[in-house]
Amino acid sequence: MIEKQGQRTNPPVNEWPDANGRYGSFGGTYVPEILIPALARLQQAVDERLHEPLFQAKLQAEASCWIGRPTPLTPARRLGERWGGELWLKREDQAHTGAHKINNALGQALLARSMGVRRIVAETGAGQHGVATAAACARLGLPCTVYMGSIDVARQAPNVARMQLFGAEVHSVESGDATLRAAIDEALRDWSHDPEGTYYLLGSAVGPHPYPYLVRELQSVIGLEARAQLYEASGRLPDKVVACVGGGSNAIGLFHAFRNDEGVELHGIEAGGRGMAMGEHGSTLTRGSTGVLHGTKSYLLQDSEGQIMETHSISAGLDYPGVGPEHAYLLESGRARYHSASDEEALAALAECAKTEGILPALESAHAFAGARRLAEENPGELILIGCSGRGDKDLGILMQANGGPGA
Amino acid sequence: MSGARRLETRIRSAASEGRIALMPYVIAGHPTLDGFARTLLQVANEADVVEVGLPFTDPTADGPVIAEAARKALAGGANLDHALGAVKEARAASEACFVLMSYLNPLLARGAERVCKELVEAGFDGLIVPDLPLEESLELREPADASGLALIQLVTPLTPTERIAKLSAATRGFLYAVTRKGTTGARAEAESIHAYLDRVGSVCGLPICAGFGLREPDQVQALLGHAHGAVVGTALVERLSAGEDPRPFLQEFRGPGCNSQ
Repeated sequence: MIEKQGQRTNPPVNEWPDANGRYGSFGGTYVPEILIPALARLQQAVDERLHEPLFQAKLQAEASCWIGRPTPLTPARRLGERWGGELWLKREDQAHTGAHKINNALGQALLARSMGVRRIVAETGAGQHGVATAAACARLGLPCTVYMGSIDVARQAPNVARMQLFGAEVHSVESGDATLRAAIDEALRDWSHDPEGTYYLLGSAVGPHPYPYLVRELQSVIGLEARAQLYEASGRLPDKVVACVGGGSNAIGLFHAFRNDEGVELHGIEAGGRGMAMGEHGSTLTRGSTGVLHGTKSYLLQDSEGQIMETHSISAGLDYPGVGPEHAYLLESGRARYHSASDEEALAALAECAKTEGILPALESAHAFAGARRLAEENPGELILIGCSGRGDKDLGILMQANGGPGA
Repeated sequence: MSGARRLETRIRSAASEGRIALMPYVIAGHPTLDGFARTLLQVANEADVVEVGLPFTDPTADGPVIAEAARKALAGGANLDHALGAVKEARAASEACFVLMSYLNPLLARGAERVCKELVEAGFDGLIVPDLPLEESLELREPADASGLALIQLVTPLTPTERIAKLSAATRGFLYAVTRKGTTGARAEAESIHAYLDRVGSVCGLPICAGFGLREPDQVQALLGHAHGAVVGTALVERLSAGEDPRPFLQEFRGPGCNSQ
């Protein structure tokens, strides 16, 4: 095991993206001309306010009293005994509204309010980003519209009810694949109709620059806290950091603080779905190729004609054919490694975590657990930090079905 | 003659006849894969420039009518090779210019250099890529320029005049001016569109073609003096989806003046 000494200084300033919003050859701003002025305004707001002390003070005050930060770092001893590693869980499931999504939603909503916008639009997959955005908008008094694929509306009904209780208007999207990707298509269309008065609150580290950067900056609190907490508790840094990757916001948020810690491996776990045939999974980095979708150049699941493929995952949040450009860069540069975990592996890891630790991770997070299990079994005795990005209450319906019906 | 030159000449010759150049938009493989070649030729014979949309799974810059028609075309087997073949035939049998409108990803999948070469070989004069802003366009602009294919830039009512000037300098053949449909009355809307087009015209030396939300012949006629061409997209796609012959509809746009002379 690698002992880490004297690693508590802050990492150096961000190397990526460059001035053009590029992470190596990935990223950029591939949007219709109608959105260029809106992105320029967003860029200006990010440059002027995001790291400005007053804005940060406001954000941190709300993060503390409303989100409940810092979230705990929990040793998972019984699970670690079973899997053969020293496991620590970064508990974003304990953040207000039940997932890491709130870190980004609150930060962007504060930024949007400072820009004087009239309304917020957002897309959502599992519903967690929609719920987080609806809650942040309620808290800040901003009107909010959420687009959600009709398949996701059906499989995540409690989150639809929560968004509505927070006063958001929820639009069920029937077009396209009727999941996260169709919801992004529709949110982009909405934004294009009124780019001056509408703020698009994008939920993952995807989309045109500066979104992948903005989302990473707002989510990097996850890794910064976890790194300090782990060092405090165990006096060392992890051997491996493991997070699930759909668009990749919780993973980039967890990875970022460790990017310059050479001995720390970064592992992203994608949705393996029902198998590796095209259309059966959401393993963009492990099975995809370079392309442009939703404003950014990154890895994509596409056919030889450049048409975007349908995806499958038991977790709505990982059911997406694209991925954030910084992950594509981390893959190509070799700094992070990406694997996939199947629906079945995720369900099994989730069940084990629930039984041994009294913690019910979200189906998305369960992929990180499944990946960590494999890594722990292959490398016994290592210290593994797992991103528990959200809680599984929203998935109860799917979990009961997967277990053969209620009470099974 | 390069595609850019052909486009400019064709559009300017309409202006010299005192009319707005007509630029109908069709979707490759729509209304049916087999019927597309015939539809394309019918449309081309009524058009100055035909804009051929390559269907894409995620057409974020298109409204529901075109998105749905594109979905059907894709399901029917539409792809780039099919579009190239249909345009090659139509080009041989008509005087119109042809422009491909495609989202970036299908073009990248083919390869920037190769796709420009294949488009020129099929008889395309230009290329419009709605999700490719100027700043990201180098990888496509260089091979397009080298092969004589006009990479056409778009401007919108929200584009600052300084940027319109920059896009005007970069565009080839013509400048595509997106005219968003407002929520106010038709007259007020026409006035604001005219002011916008005149602002574009004050900094652009190439022909200006207006598009997005033009449905009626009188809307197009009203552009005289403010723009050189007009794209008619959704209204035509609706008629093709309904199985209608596109010719009578397009003939209305050519205006009484044109037919009687």
